[in-house]
Amino acid sequence: MVKFIRTHGTESALLAVIVVISFVLSLVTDRYFTVGNAFDLLNTSSVNIIFAVGLLVVLISGGIDISFAVAASVAQYGTALFIAWIGGGNWAIGLIIAGSIGIGLGCLNAALIQGFAIPSIVVSISTFNVFFGLLMFFTKGVSIYDLPDWLTEHVVLYERQLADGSWIEISLPVLVMAICVVATWTLVTRTTIGRQLYAFGDNPEGARRFGVNIAAMRFIAFGWLGLMAGIAGLVQAHYAQEVVPNALYGRELDVLAAVVLGGARLGGGKGTVLGCVLGVMLTQITQNGLNLMGVSPFAFKMIVGAIILIAITLSNARIERLLPFLSRKGA
Amino acid sequence: MALFPEMTVAENIGFSEVVGHGLRLVDYGRIRAIALEALAKLGVSLDVDAPLKEFPIAQRQIVAIARALVGEARVVFMDEPTASLTQSETDHLLDIVRNLSASGVAVVFVSHRLAEVLEISSRITVLRDGRLVGVYPAEGMTQSKITELMTGRTFEAKVRAAPRADRPVVIEVDGLSRPGQFSDISFKVHEGETLGITGLLGAGRTELAMTLFGMLKPAAGRIRLDGREVRFSSNRDAIDAGIAYLSEDRLSLGLIQAQSIVDNLVISSLARILSGGLISPGKKTSLVGKWVAELGVKIGKPEDAITTLSGGNQQRIAIAKWLATDPRLLILDAPTVGVDVGARAGIFDIVARLADSGLAIILISDEVPEVYFNADRILHMAQGRVVGSYDPRAYSLHDIEAAVYG
Repeated sequence: MVKFIRTHGTESALLAVIVVISFVLSLVTDRYFTVGNAFDLLNTSSVNIIFAVGLLVVLISGGIDISFAVAASVAQYGTALFIAWIGGGNWAIGLIIAGSIGIGLGCLNAALIQGFAIPSIVVSISTFNVFFGLLMFFTKGVSIYDLPDWLTEHVVLYERQLADGSWIEISLPVLVMAICVVATWTLVTRTTIGRQLYAFGDNPEGARRFGVNIAAMRFIAFGWLGLMAGIAGLVQAHYAQEVVPNALYGRELDVLAAVVLGGARLGGGKGTVLGCVLGVMLTQITQNGLNLMGVSPFAFKMIVGAIILIAITLSNARIERLLPFLSRKGA
Repeated sequence: MALFPEMTVAENIGFSEVVGHGLRLVDYGRIRAIALEALAKLGVSLDVDAPLKEFPIAQRQIVAIARALVGEARVVFMDEPTASLTQSETDHLLDIVRNLSASGVAVVFVSHRLAEVLEISSRITVLRDGRLVGVYPAEGMTQSKITELMTGRTFEAKVRAAPRADRPVVIEVDGLSRPGQFSDISFKVHEGETLGITGLLGAGRTELAMTLFGMLKPAAGRIRLDGREVRFSSNRDAIDAGIAYLSEDRLSLGLIQAQSIVDNLVISSLARILSGGLISPGKKTSLVGKWVAELGVKIGKPEDAITTLSGGNQQRIAIAKWLATDPRLLILDAPTVGVDVGARAGIFDIVARLADSGLAIILISDEVPEVYFNADRILHMAQGRVVGSYDPRAYSLHDIEAAVYG
């Protein structure tokens, strides 16, 4: 336990904050601390968690991307047009198409960064505008409501009524999210590629001298984020039961904030899948709780912003200094 | 160093396991075993599961060496492995290198610290300006011979001549303390005098200098400048009062690497080149011209990037930057780190001239010979206290080295 806290300082702190906030919210609202609400949270957080684990990989490699949410919109719209054109389709075809469009757009980012040696923030600000501008231009902002049944039908994988009468359910988005989380965790912690991504983000020149293929690392990181963005786009269309071209616009900053809250470093080399998931959960719980408390939605962003500032300050102050008994002697 | 601070020691040492094999699962057990084996070869034990960032620079150096040994290395190249180590850490590292060569590994040891080159080598190759000067057996070599081969000149090392205690006191420090960093430090520096402060890394020298320079606040004690007690609330106050401080790390703290020579030179004295509230190009040019000539800096154009200069010339610009503020006291913190032997002599020529012109100088260095040959008085600091005070005219270099390094 103590070892976990020492090696996973950010994650432990986030868990503690989540527990405290949940406890406070269950005191001030009567509905909060129910199992049903917890499952609701999981269902509503799915899309953001899929985005977040994708973005995590890019942050670990030392890059940054703010174009992924509008890339997801492009993937979503493109997939909707494609399945309307072939007249039908199914989840497998939808995921392949959305994922491929996402990977394509992610690799475009990587190609610009690698080929022209432009910083990733500059590239992704540009592609953010290009993707969104082209999408709005060609769609004229028209939404698609006529989606096939397989995409809009609510799929419940597990449901059960609890003793208190409330229902818990696990829906398809949660399953997709779980697969994305496990896949990303495997990629970054268990594969040789993942360890090279960490090394590249931590010390790019050191990694280059060690024979790490820098171009490959960039394409893998941005391609992975593209894949996750494509999947998240399709899941969001399923969740919303419609394709609105600007539905995901602005989501990138929420996700980025949650991932940074989860301990990923903007300089690269640092960040865990667990922290990233907890970061999304914490922002979601806060929003959800404020909602239940009847706080104005305009206050959401302000409060989430303040929580992120506090969390970053605390994690910079380092947990060992707050909890001196954990610090090692003689290291 | 090509290390990864966020990753564990084991991963840093066994990193070759994850590169160049395509996509496969990481075998952490094998990486750990490789790391332990490499560390065992060096006779070192470290917690291989801890992230590298938790270890001090000396142990990271050992990790880098351990990595070089993975895969039955026959030859290991070490490029300035001791550059950021203290004497005792260096000794430990040299022991490791000795064990290594005893076990049959060939070592190429690149360093400009001549004492350790003599200590560790069986043969010494001297390069100058990219050309081979020669290969010599270490037996019978001396530091001054190597220096001569490296620079093509002979240097006569001798201690400074006259004591200057008759001149007015510029700075007087009395009982200065900062808990955990240094305590009860007292000394005086006269006009035209150079006070050397030596001791190992972590002795509190830099913290003391930063306190004199107003960047840290003393918990107790007084600082008098020209007889008046001063309390600085920031280093701006200290600069205005006539104190200049050349940082120990020229690359990251002393110069603004992305800017030109001229911009670096005037940064501390912008107020002096104003004309009607704006920077006057004429005054700027004449200020730069004056100092470049005064210190004999070799530059192309003043507008060239600072990075176009050699280490020695960069250091001259860093000194000029401070001289342009017209200081009474110049604090030099490790002014020759990253400066080659020939250019070092040039920098100390400048320091001697500045002292002769009446500037009070505090010279901080962990290389005892540097303070021995360039200071009028030497303070030895250890663990935040002054533990010895020496007059180089009355002690031999060997005595002082024995006291500091022993």
